[in-house]
Amino acid sequence: MSPDLVLVRTGVANVASVTAAFRRLGVEPRLSDDPLEIRRADAVVLPGVGAFAAGMARLRDAGLVAPLRARVERGEPTLAVCLGVQLLGLESEEAPGLSGLGVAPARTRRLVDAPRLPHFGWNQVEPDRTCRTVRPGEAYFAHSYRLEDTASLAAEGWSVARTREGERFVAAIERGAVLGCQFHPELSGAYGAALMERWLERAALACAGGVA
Amino acid sequence: MVRLRVIPCLDVKDGRVVKGVRFQGLRDAGDPVERAAAYEASGADELCLLDVSATREGRASAVETVRAVRAVIGIPLTVGGGVRRLEDAAQLLDAGADKVAVNTAALERPELLAEIKERLGAQCTVLSLDAARREDAGSPGSMLRWEVVVAGGTRRTGADAVEWARRAVDLGAGEILATSWDRDGTGEGYDVELLRALSEAVPVPLVASGGARSALHMETALDAGASAVLAASIFHDGVTTVDHIKRELARSGRDVRPSLSPTLNPSTLR
Repeated sequence: MSPDLVLVRTGVANVASVTAAFRRLGVEPRLSDDPLEIRRADAVVLPGVGAFAAGMARLRDAGLVAPLRARVERGEPTLAVCLGVQLLGLESEEAPGLSGLGVAPARTRRLVDAPRLPHFGWNQVEPDRTCRTVRPGEAYFAHSYRLEDTASLAAEGWSVARTREGERFVAAIERGAVLGCQFHPELSGAYGAALMERWLERAALACAGGVA
Repeated sequence: MVRLRVIPCLDVKDGRVVKGVRFQGLRDAGDPVERAAAYEASGADELCLLDVSATREGRASAVETVRAVRAVIGIPLTVGGGVRRLEDAAQLLDAGADKVAVNTAALERPELLAEIKERLGAQCTVLSLDAARREDAGSPGSMLRWEVVVAGGTRRTGADAVEWARRAVDLGAGEILATSWDRDGTGEGYDVELLRALSEAVPVPLVASGGARSALHMETALDAGASAVLAASIFHDGVTTVDHIKRELARSGRDVRPSLSPTLNPSTLR
């Protein structure tokens, strides 16, 4: 049975590509910004395009900060994409003084050594040995900011996948059924489709009470 | 390192792919949805869809085309043509575009770029720049310069193309799609001098467009500083395939994403 999948309506994100990608996997996501639905859904996608401040403001206004924090802390199936993974972190250089969801112990900084920004295009994803959902391959990125690569992530149980453009930085983090991708799995062709399918499988397992 | 990108471009009019020379003499080049799916399968890194009827006619059908293309492709889609207001950009994103290219309207009202960037982000904001060599270019003592052309190439504006690109990036454009009006559809190769001038002027990725016939043309564009190469006619007409071009580029040492082998399906990547 396909899971009850909710796509967070953030108002600043492009959800059409994410929706289309899940449909191709046979799952119909529901768009919602209702805190109760986001708390209860089998699986939740936090898409992200746009600015950090606007994204956080939207989550706060809709009352989604607590439900999203709770999901990630409890290990409930959650996929955060692009700005979404930055919102999981502590704060962003893009919006000084503003806190993120704070469930991933890393700050967001502007890419400093990339020859051109935004970092647009396909780049290699290199998962560390503890990653279970992210596999090596090539994914599509479109961003100028990235989560910093800090030992605190591993200390709090996050596995990290990295990429390189001028510097090495976080391409994805995962912990159980929680997956955060700086790249866009929905735009990463066959690689992205396979990754989303693995995340859905992990989500289904977690919902069935199995080991995530 | 981020890979150099190869981007097939679908010029769409009334729901069909068309292609002309210097934006005129449009002829039918197939169904956009079929084309889009075939290009992704052939290894396209991104797709570009330009509604070429939009500036002069309506654009409602283009939104439907975007929706239909988005349903079948899993790679990024840039959509342009007739984007005049922030609402147009938002509507295209809702339909399945990932980036929106703005052309004529931005020149008339540059703040449009800032509005799109503020609301949708720089990674959604593309300046579509159609540039023509100035008619005095090449005369003794004159510097090579380009001017912006608008309204589907029918109107020369006199605005300096390189200066305009610089200003557009300051306002919020995250990418420049630079089409050489002189070369569009001719197969004579990209305007490499134009690309070099733009590449030196702006810090954002530059997509080369107009005139490509071969992998060699693409190499010269990439060497001039382009991050991506766009082509239409050669792919539509079956002169070559995306897969073949990428293999050629890889053979000559350019860093491209390996094309997907036709036998490879998603399940084998697990």
